[in-house]
Amino acid sequence: MNTFLWLVKREFWEHRGGFLRAPVITAAIFLLLNLMGIVTGEVMGRQMGFQLGIGSNNLHLLTRDLDQQSMEAVGAGLDLVMYSSTMIISIVLGFVVFFYCLGALYDDRRDRSILFWKSLPVSDTATVLSKVFSATVVAPLIAVVVGALTGIVMLLMFAITLSLHGVSVWHLLSLSHPLRVITNLVGSIPLYVLWALPTVGWLMLCSAWARSKPFLWAVALPVGVGIVIGWFNLLGTLNISNDWYWRGVVARILGSVFPGGWFSEVSGIGGDNPAQVLSTLSVMHSYSAMGSMNLWIGVAAAAAMLAGAIWFRRWRDDS
Amino acid sequence: MSAVITASGLGKRYKSTLALDNVSFQVEPGRIVGLIGPNGAGKTTALKAILGLTDFTGELNVLGFDPRKQRDRLMGEVCFIADVAVLPRWIRVSEVVDFVANVHPRFDRAKCEAFLARTKLQPGQRVRQMSKGMIVQLHLALVMAIDAKLLILDEPTLGLDILYRKQFYQNLLEDYFDENKTIIVTTHQVEEVEHILTDLMFIRDGRIVLDADMDAVGERYIEVMVNADRADAARALKPLDERQVFGKSIFLFDGVGRAQLEALGETRRPSISDLFVATMKGTYA
Repeated sequence: MNTFLWLVKREFWEHRGGFLRAPVITAAIFLLLNLMGIVTGEVMGRQMGFQLGIGSNNLHLLTRDLDQQSMEAVGAGLDLVMYSSTMIISIVLGFVVFFYCLGALYDDRRDRSILFWKSLPVSDTATVLSKVFSATVVAPLIAVVVGALTGIVMLLMFAITLSLHGVSVWHLLSLSHPLRVITNLVGSIPLYVLWALPTVGWLMLCSAWARSKPFLWAVALPVGVGIVIGWFNLLGTLNISNDWYWRGVVARILGSVFPGGWFSEVSGIGGDNPAQVLSTLSVMHSYSAMGSMNLWIGVAAAAAMLAGAIWFRRWRDDS
Repeated sequence: MSAVITASGLGKRYKSTLALDNVSFQVEPGRIVGLIGPNGAGKTTALKAILGLTDFTGELNVLGFDPRKQRDRLMGEVCFIADVAVLPRWIRVSEVVDFVANVHPRFDRAKCEAFLARTKLQPGQRVRQMSKGMIVQLHLALVMAIDAKLLILDEPTLGLDILYRKQFYQNLLEDYFDENKTIIVTTHQVEEVEHILTDLMFIRDGRIVLDADMDAVGERYIEVMVNADRADAARALKPLDERQVFGKSIFLFDGVGRAQLEALGETRRPSISDLFVATMKGTYA
């Protein structure tokens, strides 16, 4: 177990840029843009002679007189603000994990440092699994922590701005649910692991197998097959559903590292107001994706592809 | 003591070439074996087979393990330095020491740090910021701190200046080697390892053409410096090689009686490089 921990640390050292710096930089840019937005709002507001809070006490009154339902809506809106930063970071995370997996078992063969790693008493299985763990647990965990912190900072930024206008936003803020947001985000990591596995497995298989240009193989192969299927369909000689192939295979082996894909397997998403929508997106609800065949077929396929990756890792040398 | 490596009938074929052609040999513990051969002769393939880095046909036993199936356990007992640049370029000195210390059960951290203290390497330095010589110093410090039974060196000093090269072998002999350890080294800089080898193996076109300990080599191969007037007599004894130096001919003989040769002129033990050149004649022709 100790070896595994150090293997994961090794991955983190090598990919600090993608795992840590990428989400932090994204968060910083996100916060900066929001700050610029707030400043713009302030300046424009002043130029237009519109004084929030002081000029009219509407907002103030509003916060006092919110009925139950609107309070929920405001709380949900604030929660959305917190989610929004994580959503942006999630997209970055998707790209980071995609390219990480693609290089994980290829880069060290290319620069021959595999000869060093293989001179240590570490099994190929442990090596590959440590990389899977880094991609599906370490990277998303860091992204979620950074995302949640960014969300909280953003909430405070809005609160401070509003309080400059005499609005008691601390009351407003107390309507939001930071803990629930964080629980939902952290709680979806296990779901992410299961959902992302087929993509991670496919990319790592290509990464372990390709003698050169793993990206081309990983992308061109499934896309090429899809085009051939489409062509046969046009000719009417083959009866494989195009749509099924693109959504059930290509999207799963290339796109599932982007978080949230599992919502396609969750029924009853939506609602009349933001609070309801959010609650259908909550972690408790989204775990109903665990009941879908799509998810488990993906996991089974991933197990096979990772076994293949381990096998290639064993026998592909640098020559 | 049982052999460290027992190989019989090793074979390996790349697409068009035969890299190993039915190779058999044994390596006893406490030896320093030089595996010498021209480029493309199969040296690296043989080493890769021993390390479990490549597939092959035939029987191979390294320290009681089958390298094909038990590479990870074998690596607990075997160390390996390939020609320089194989340390990952992104890693820092402190990171690689930490990592090896935690995954290798036979690694002695204090020893490694003592070796590093003798170099200019800084803990925060990355491999990509180092010269080739420094990378080898780092790798050697890591390897020497591992109490392994077998050390495999594949062109370890390639591209290093003479100071680093000398220091490399000196460290290895003074601080590492003992009767419980075995070293296999391949190199083109034969003169540098000549005096430290106990055994010599020549490999050519995937076959072992010479496998003997250095004493036996000295018995078997004799070089004689012959004056021009006796050169024909020497040629009659079918020398392996003949070359001219200062008006005299130097002949290299394989398995001709010493007494017989001493009658022709001054005899001496041939250098490995001369022996190598004579044995490999026509390789690239």
